[in-house]
Amino acid sequence: MTTDVTVHPAERHLTGPLLDARLVVERGTFRLDLPLTINPGEVVALLGPNGAGKSTALRALAGLLSLSAGHLTLAGRELDNPSRRTWTPTEQRRIGVVFQDYLLFPHLSALDNIAFGPRRRGVNRQQARRQAADWLERMGLAEHARRKPRQLSGGQAQRIALARALAVDPALLLLDEPLAALDARTRLDTRAQLQQHLAAHRGATLLVTHDPLDALVLADRLVIIEHGQVVQEGDAATITAQPRTDYVARLVGLNLYRGRASGHTVLLTDTFRLTTAEQHDGDVFVAFPPSAVALHPNHPDGSPRNSWPATITGIQPNGDNLRVQLAGPIDLAADITPLAAAQLHLVPGQRVWAAVKATETRAYPAAPQ
Amino acid sequence: MTTRRFRTAVAAVIALTVLGLAGCGGDGKSADRQPGSASSEVTGSVTVFAAASLTESFTQLGKDFEAANPGTKVTFSFAGSSALATQVNQGAPADVFASAAPANMNSVVDAGNGDATPTTFVRNQLVIAVPEGNPDRVGGLADLTKPDVKVALCAEQVPCGSAARKALDTAGVKLTPVTLEQDVRAALSKVKLGEVDAALVYRTDTRTATADVDGVEFPESAAAVNDYPIVVLKHATNKPAAQAFVKYVLSDAGRAVLTAAGFQVP
Amino acid sequence: MSRLDTTVARPDRSAPRPRPRSRQTTRIPLALLLPASLGLLFLVLPLAGLLARTPWTSLPQRLTEPGVLTALRLSLQTATLATLLCLVLGVPLAWLLARVEFPGRRIVRALVTVPLVLPPVVGGVALLLVFGRRGLLGSWLDSAFGITLPFSTTGVVLAEAFVAMPFLIIAVEGALRGADSRYEEAAATLGANRWTTFTHVTLPLVAPGVAAGAVLCWARALGEFGATITFAGNFPGRTQTMPIAVYLALETDLEAAIVLSLILLTVSVAILASLRDRWISAP
Repeated sequence: MTTDVTVHPAERHLTGPLLDARLVVERGTFRLDLPLTINPGEVVALLGPNGAGKSTALRALAGLLSLSAGHLTLAGRELDNPSRRTWTPTEQRRIGVVFQDYLLFPHLSALDNIAFGPRRRGVNRQQARRQAADWLERMGLAEHARRKPRQLSGGQAQRIALARALAVDPALLLLDEPLAALDARTRLDTRAQLQQHLAAHRGATLLVTHDPLDALVLADRLVIIEHGQVVQEGDAATITAQPRTDYVARLVGLNLYRGRASGHTVLLTDTFRLTTAEQHDGDVFVAFPPSAVALHPNHPDGSPRNSWPATITGIQPNGDNLRVQLAGPIDLAADITPLAAAQLHLVPGQRVWAAVKATETRAYPAAPQ
Repeated sequence: MTTRRFRTAVAAVIALTVLGLAGCGGDGKSADRQPGSASSEVTGSVTVFAAASLTESFTQLGKDFEAANPGTKVTFSFAGSSALATQVNQGAPADVFASAAPANMNSVVDAGNGDATPTTFVRNQLVIAVPEGNPDRVGGLADLTKPDVKVALCAEQVPCGSAARKALDTAGVKLTPVTLEQDVRAALSKVKLGEVDAALVYRTDTRTATADVDGVEFPESAAAVNDYPIVVLKHATNKPAAQAFVKYVLSDAGRAVLTAAGFQVP
Repeated sequence: MSRLDTTVARPDRSAPRPRPRSRQTTRIPLALLLPASLGLLFLVLPLAGLLARTPWTSLPQRLTEPGVLTALRLSLQTATLATLLCLVLGVPLAWLLARVEFPGRRIVRALVTVPLVLPPVVGGVALLLVFGRRGLLGSWLDSAFGITLPFSTTGVVLAEAFVAMPFLIIAVEGALRGADSRYEEAAATLGANRWTTFTHVTLPLVAPGVAAGAVLCWARALGEFGATITFAGNFPGRTQTMPIAVYLALETDLEAAIVLSLILLTVSVAILASLRDRWISAP
């Protein structure tokens, strides 16, 4: 690491989070209310479906829109607080943003794009270009210094955008779907590189994404929002193990149901019950992966105690397997091998029997502990 | 394509365009005219191309003529004499041409578009137009050379400009105007707007604008009298009515209207 | 059948073979080609008319007449100065109209186009009423600084700028609306204030639009007649631009007018063509 990551006086004495915010933005009927703290060096992923308020949160942090209420403190400096009429324009915030489509200035070379930020923050031309050259070196793009953005590949442009954002040594790095514009192959490489650079970044990082894999690989902590509210927050392991909403369950690839437990039995609808391995009493979530679901042409004999008739509503490829969507007493997804699908002659509309072993299910209290 | 054929084609396009445009402003009745009608009673419409300085007096004359000859309709096109002459020579459908200068009339007659020899029907003399009340006490051409007096003349390419040049030469006055206007009305409006202190214009122009400017007569104007010729055009579609209109302009009734407007009768 | 290239339009039952690419581009619908050709003809024929009447033999002699070069030089100077004035005032105004929400913006936008619909002569009178010796501002300029704008070269520049500015503003505003304003947000996140963003990001992004607008503006200023002769009058060497010289020549000498028009036309087309190669259509 070179010397241009400096620790600012405000940070040196800082105890606790680098970013401390409660972002409240009201727009018509939509209301975002997001408490958010990020520690130095921490990467937080903000996940949520479209329209959940991810972009609004990012824009509020960047100062591209102002808070309706709440507060925003970065590196010990209050940037936005409507109740105290505090407001800091975007250009005076110590932030760096990587936009979804990068927004590299088309009229500037890769080098000048990176040097743009340092120049605006008072670094002289020579120094700024030297810093930019360092960044290009670090990104493995030294030979592309003079290229214009339109002459760069997607992955290269992404790295230039990252370098441009990091070159201003931001206290808060904001990444807006940084890998969404890339094809699958490039995404894999770029994600790995991004991980290295984020690890080296000593400021706070917020990664806005709807791709769970990006979040799981890159982030230390996940914050999931729906309809402007936080629905779940925690590390990747906790969230993947115990999703609390349908969205999160789909995100981590689990079937999730809410029901009422009584011992090993959970009543999911008025008449439909599942047998679980754990014992609980009261409101619980029950989760199991699609791979735990077996499909049979007829009523299965033998061990599985949870089996019920269901109708196939859709079949899509999912990695090496096929994901089968089923309707019945409960909606669920099942993953089966193409071989099994061929043997069963599965087609949409077909009636089959679904079975789940109790040991494959996981039940946990619905009220957060 | 040969040059000649090309020229013919181009000329045809120009002629069609001019005819088409002129036709737009024309009178729909013109198609009903009876050329060569032997009747002494004149009817139908007459299209008169007249110099802009004739706007007020000819409009009045047209009304009078229509009243004296029921069944006639006079349509005017007022513009600069040179523009009118160009239009006539390009085949514009006019019956009568009244020019503010012999030169423009000559170009029409030389092109063979006159039906007879033009007649001078009025004369116009230059005066010095000054703001109402004559604040700079301009008494003659010599006063226009004072350093703080701004003067507008007409450009020498237009009749009022060449008349002004003649008058100034006669008086032996060397004068540097601030502008050489494209026509007499433009020169006059500069006086009205107060942008200049004096302008050499026709006496008739100061009469139509009596509310705003005064006209100062000066003796040298006699050297630069402007003759206004009028003629019936060769391609007139309603020659009897055209001839009757010209006759009316030259009649006592017509002259009365013109002298009232400030023109001199030859 | 609405296509010209019937061999392409005809269904081919035999084995499909790749057609040359150029074939595809020549398939221009007749419904477009016909009015396009007529439009071109309509624009070019009057020029042909001028060329047909040009007195080629006396051309060199007329070209060297001193008044002609004086008027040409004055035209080029004033049109260029007017364009610069329009750039200085018009680009910020276009930015305001494109980027800032303010009450009455629609009215302001409509007002900007007024010089387009106003007959230029009326525009000249309006300028006199403001900047003239008795005008709203002109009388103050005269008494306070002794500056009189009518009948001066500055007056020519003002009149041309007044008439030509809408062309620039409309072109630049269109370019600004077409440009992605998120680049400006990106600049802000990198620490650029609004002015630096404007000069370092916005302007370079809309440079082609500004150039196109400036060219239109310059061309309009070069051909300006009505407002100029009304506001600045006509005096050789000081306010007599080429269009005014053409108009006055027309009073007495059609051929002289044609020659002057051709000179103006040739010089402006030459300048625009060379500019286009250098600045406007960079690949």
